[in-house]
Amino acid sequence: MPMLEVKGLNVHYGAIHALHGIDIAVEQGQIVTLIGCNGAGKSTTLRTISGLIRPSAGQILFEGKPISGMPAHQIVRLGLAQSPEGRGIFANLTVAENLDMGAFARSDKAQIAKDREHALTLFPRVRERLKQNAGTLSGGEQQMLAMARALMARPRLLLLDEPSLGLAPQIVQTIFKIIREINRDGTTILLVEQNAHMALEVAHHAYVLEVGRIVMADDAKKLAASDEVRKAYLGIG
Amino acid sequence: MTQFLQTLFDGVTVGCLYALIALGYTMVYGILKFINFAHSDVFALGVWMSITIAGWIGIGAAGEPVPPWYMGVLVMLLAMGVCGAVGFTVERIAYRPLRGAPRINVLITAIGVSLFLQNFGQLRWIFGAYPKAFPTLLGDQTLFSLAGVNFRLSDAAVIGTAVALMAALQYLIFRTKMGAAMRAVSFSPRNASLMGINVDLVISFTFVVGTMLAAAAGFLYGVKYGGQAKQTADSMWVMLGLKAFVAAVVGGIGNVRGAVLGGLLIGLIEWFGVAYLGSQYRDAYVFAILILVLLFRPAGVLGKATIEKV
Repeated sequence: MPMLEVKGLNVHYGAIHALHGIDIAVEQGQIVTLIGCNGAGKSTTLRTISGLIRPSAGQILFEGKPISGMPAHQIVRLGLAQSPEGRGIFANLTVAENLDMGAFARSDKAQIAKDREHALTLFPRVRERLKQNAGTLSGGEQQMLAMARALMARPRLLLLDEPSLGLAPQIVQTIFKIIREINRDGTTILLVEQNAHMALEVAHHAYVLEVGRIVMADDAKKLAASDEVRKAYLGIG
Repeated sequence: MTQFLQTLFDGVTVGCLYALIALGYTMVYGILKFINFAHSDVFALGVWMSITIAGWIGIGAAGEPVPPWYMGVLVMLLAMGVCGAVGFTVERIAYRPLRGAPRINVLITAIGVSLFLQNFGQLRWIFGAYPKAFPTLLGDQTLFSLAGVNFRLSDAAVIGTAVALMAALQYLIFRTKMGAAMRAVSFSPRNASLMGINVDLVISFTFVVGTMLAAAAGFLYGVKYGGQAKQTADSMWVMLGLKAFVAAVVGGIGNVRGAVLGGLLIGLIEWFGVAYLGSQYRDAYVFAILILVLLFRPAGVLGKATIEKV
């Protein structure tokens, strides 16, 4: 049984039909990526999984349990956290407070302290800035904070929405290196990216989304080698 | 000199009350981005509940001995509790169904809630439509005099309680997990819910805290101006509430520290205007300041330097 199963997911924004029956499966321990252009429906998919958007049809199963229609704040408690598009940090809180918010739903103080230490080891830049207002961080630091904060929920499944967006190539490299580390530590990851090159490199499995439909799904290495993907998403050939 | 000190003192006292009410406006605005126009009526409800509760307990009637101070505290806490429950209910019934609706709808609803509370309170089996005297819950002895200005027990109660409540609120908002959640929700409800924060619960909590502060202000107003508080739920309350709203805007709506500063500022301007320019334009001074602030510093005194929003 996959850790996350999305079956026939449909989402409407008013009259706009954003997702047309999407099927995704994320196996435990893997990095699965969802690539596609702007407006393909990648973020909509993640938001629906997290409970921010109600699907008009379809099913979402997390560890076998149906979660579609559940409010977002309860889904986090099940062990499914998201680092949202645009980072979504609270600019009016300090960096330390942002991290604390990540663990809001938890009460196991000792374990929270350990996870915090672990997150700060993964993201040393965040540790340097703990006392600052989060709004003063650079884009790359904000992205690191957003991921560290999501880890504070101690998720078994981590959703990452465009972690590379708007960042310098060197920082993108660092971020992807850390994504691998997080996965190696045992966290399953569903990664949404426009940067198909990087995403296919780290992922085990990949889906290609085009205007609200999954058009390809395969092993990430095979997809990266396929002609269509090379032409349309990697700019090669 | 005596007049100056007396005015300064009166201005600070009434400013503390404005600040307590302004905090409720600003907290709700910070989270829901709408002006809760029913807030001034919760303040009036605080006065009326204090009168009613003191009546139930059977203390403070004219001619009876002054009850011990802790009975006054009890009345205040009970009034705060009832008003907090009313605030919770109003949010639940009137505002929550409109979450996601255009803000103008919520604003009109708030005016509706305000009119409802005003008129409902005048029903014979609620508070009635006739003036009632505020009970004497505190002795009115002078604690000390300074350059001809008398510092009375009721002044100490108003300023002391107001400062304590504001300090407690600062602690709540800036030092506790719930306070951080309130600030997170005010910044982005969507991202707050991704943290596992129950946004509806935080909004309810904010309403309850805001209305409790207004109720405390109502109680303190009664203690300080008991003799003049013999009015029904009419324009006087609305006017006091409106001035507190002005205080919140002047300080920078959405900004907790701004509300405190705005309250003190409005209190001082009002009383210095009355003392030195004449009392016939009492309300005009306050609204003139509102116009000036909106013209020259529309975000409020602390608006630009917004560090924390709730």
